[in-house]
Amino acid sequence: MFDIFGISSAALFGQLLIGLINGSFYALLSLGLAVIFGMLNIINFTHGAQYMLGAVAAYLLLNYSGLGYFPALIIAPVLVGIVGVIIERVFLQWIYKLDHLYGLLLTFGLALIIEGVGRNYLGSAGLPYTLPDALRGGQNLGFMFLPNYRAWVIFASLIVCFGTWFMIERTRLGAYLRAATENPTLVRAFGVNVPRMITLTYGFGVALAAFAGVMAAPIYNVSPNMGSELIIVVFAVVVIGGMGSILGAILTGFGLGIVEGLTKVFFPEASNTVIFVIMAIVLLVRPAGLFGRRA
Amino acid sequence: MKRTMVIAALAALLACGTAQAQQINVKIGVLTDMASLYADDTGVGSVIAAKLAAEEFMKDHPNVKVEVVSADHQNKPDAAVGIANQWIDVDHVDMIADVPNSGVALAITQVAAQKNKVFVASGPASSDLTGPKCNGNMVHWTYDTWMLANGTGKAIVKTGGDTWFFLVSDYAFGHALARDTAAVVKANGGKVLGEVAHPINTSDFSSFLLQAQASKAKIIGLANAGGDTINAIKQGAEFGIVAGGQKFAGLLVFAPDVAALGLKTAQGLTFTETFYWDLNDGTRAWTKRWDKERNSPGKLPSMNMAGVYSGTLHYLKAVAALKSAADGKAVVAEMKKLPAEDSVYGKSTVRADGRVLHPAYLFEVKKPEESKYPGDLYHVRATIPADEAFRPLKDGGCPMVSG
Repeated sequence: MFDIFGISSAALFGQLLIGLINGSFYALLSLGLAVIFGMLNIINFTHGAQYMLGAVAAYLLLNYSGLGYFPALIIAPVLVGIVGVIIERVFLQWIYKLDHLYGLLLTFGLALIIEGVGRNYLGSAGLPYTLPDALRGGQNLGFMFLPNYRAWVIFASLIVCFGTWFMIERTRLGAYLRAATENPTLVRAFGVNVPRMITLTYGFGVALAAFAGVMAAPIYNVSPNMGSELIIVVFAVVVIGGMGSILGAILTGFGLGIVEGLTKVFFPEASNTVIFVIMAIVLLVRPAGLFGRRA
Repeated sequence: MKRTMVIAALAALLACGTAQAQQINVKIGVLTDMASLYADDTGVGSVIAAKLAAEEFMKDHPNVKVEVVSADHQNKPDAAVGIANQWIDVDHVDMIADVPNSGVALAITQVAAQKNKVFVASGPASSDLTGPKCNGNMVHWTYDTWMLANGTGKAIVKTGGDTWFFLVSDYAFGHALARDTAAVVKANGGKVLGEVAHPINTSDFSSFLLQAQASKAKIIGLANAGGDTINAIKQGAEFGIVAGGQKFAGLLVFAPDVAALGLKTAQGLTFTETFYWDLNDGTRAWTKRWDKERNSPGKLPSMNMAGVYSGTLHYLKAVAALKSAADGKAVVAEMKKLPAEDSVYGKSTVRADGRVLHPAYLFEVKKPEESKYPGDLYHVRATIPADEAFRPLKDGGCPMVSG
């Protein structure tokens, strides 16, 4: 194969594919964050903990009720989504009118509590969650060995991401949601139950995080810390994409995953920081983010 | 006259009181990783090990009162130094134990030297602690990177693993371990094809494993530990590393890691340790005591935790001999003079550079069908005697010895 900048093309394509896989997780999580911020104006710092809850739910479902990976993909997000609905009804509904900072502090505190409780009962080494048999093995693509499961991750997250985008931007329900964000009083006057929509939207955003968690369970360590490591990067992704933009979150998630993958080839020590460097540059040049609407 | 008599009598009484068995107070601080990647290999288990040592010693020496405190250093050297300074200046802690994470340990050993207290290191691996960074206030128990490199590295090269690629945890420990192992590989006729550094506490190894695969090295040396090693091996299975003909060399693997990986994934892994719970009657009996305190089924003690127990016992022995814990340097000198012996590590000697010598064992992880009971994880493949297991005194570059 040929050489690009001294790295063989095989290694490069392999890393790009890995970057796409990581990008899938970034896209799913930043989508949930963007939906919640766009609709509710809440900076949901609990997102990482809810991602972790999804993975833990999948683990518990497997070990205590024998339900495998594919049922868990549906059930775990629903369960964690219900937890999200409870959080919204009990905590969040009182602070919508306040400054963003209150939402951030509240959700950050909730995240610490959830992670602390998890650490207490689950330890911090991580729990084993085996790959589902149907997705085991992999394809030898010539330039790299692609595990089937990772290919599934890209496929599933693309479907979920664009399904969500379609629902919000192109369907009537999505239109109601977008209208309710802009002018809740007027939409309420039309007879639409706005508080219920907001609650369900938060639950949906949380369910997206939990879905990402279930997908992460077989390949990453299911540990109480798994969310806190990821959430900082995801926030950077959302900021770069533009806080309220759904499409921006998806495209930026995949894009930054690829950029991170490239950095790991050319300059591995910077792989942790490259996304924040990009965030700093984007904020200087386009403060609203790449796809953000508010100028 | 009468008043003088009363005062004289009181003075005599007081003098009598102090002439009796002197109460010695010692405070030990276990500084460890409670919540991050090393928590299951040290953490709460190390605190329990120190408490077991303290209780045992107090039973045999009723005039010594030992108090054990603990804290989480979060793998951050600056946070750890803050805790250590507060412990020593405000809380009157005399000895700091454990300290996994070599970066943190290198900072703590300075604090111990500056404040003339004692550092009994059982957690960190870097051989620099008894090399260029040695001092008269610390002893390095359990293991170090040189021992790991020589035990595991030599054994693997001898069985045909002569080309290596390293996955290095990008801080003091990973680089020390990769450096020591590379030296052993080259000295035994092998070649190092390359290495890649990853941040500590990485959850996704896919791109690093890809680079290791591309190197076509026979052996992928994991110069990392705890959660990082577990993740790398798990994801390696996913990417067909072993199926593709390459093998992992776990340079630092603990029993709790093997338990977390499961025998199916970990079988065949060969590595060096100085303690295994099922090694002999002494280790089994101690593990039972540890297990009772730990009260969490399925958890195993690691060699670091056993080292905290052994090191604390020997420290207390030295303090009792000197009748005071105040002068750290004197206590460490006494620890080097007295022979160490306990039911867990058997006989150990503390060398002039602070290095503690005890035998090392080459373990191989059993296949799932070979494991007869929970916790039955290792075959003992070889025993390396204490005088061969660790770096020779003259090669360390410790200023106290050569200078």
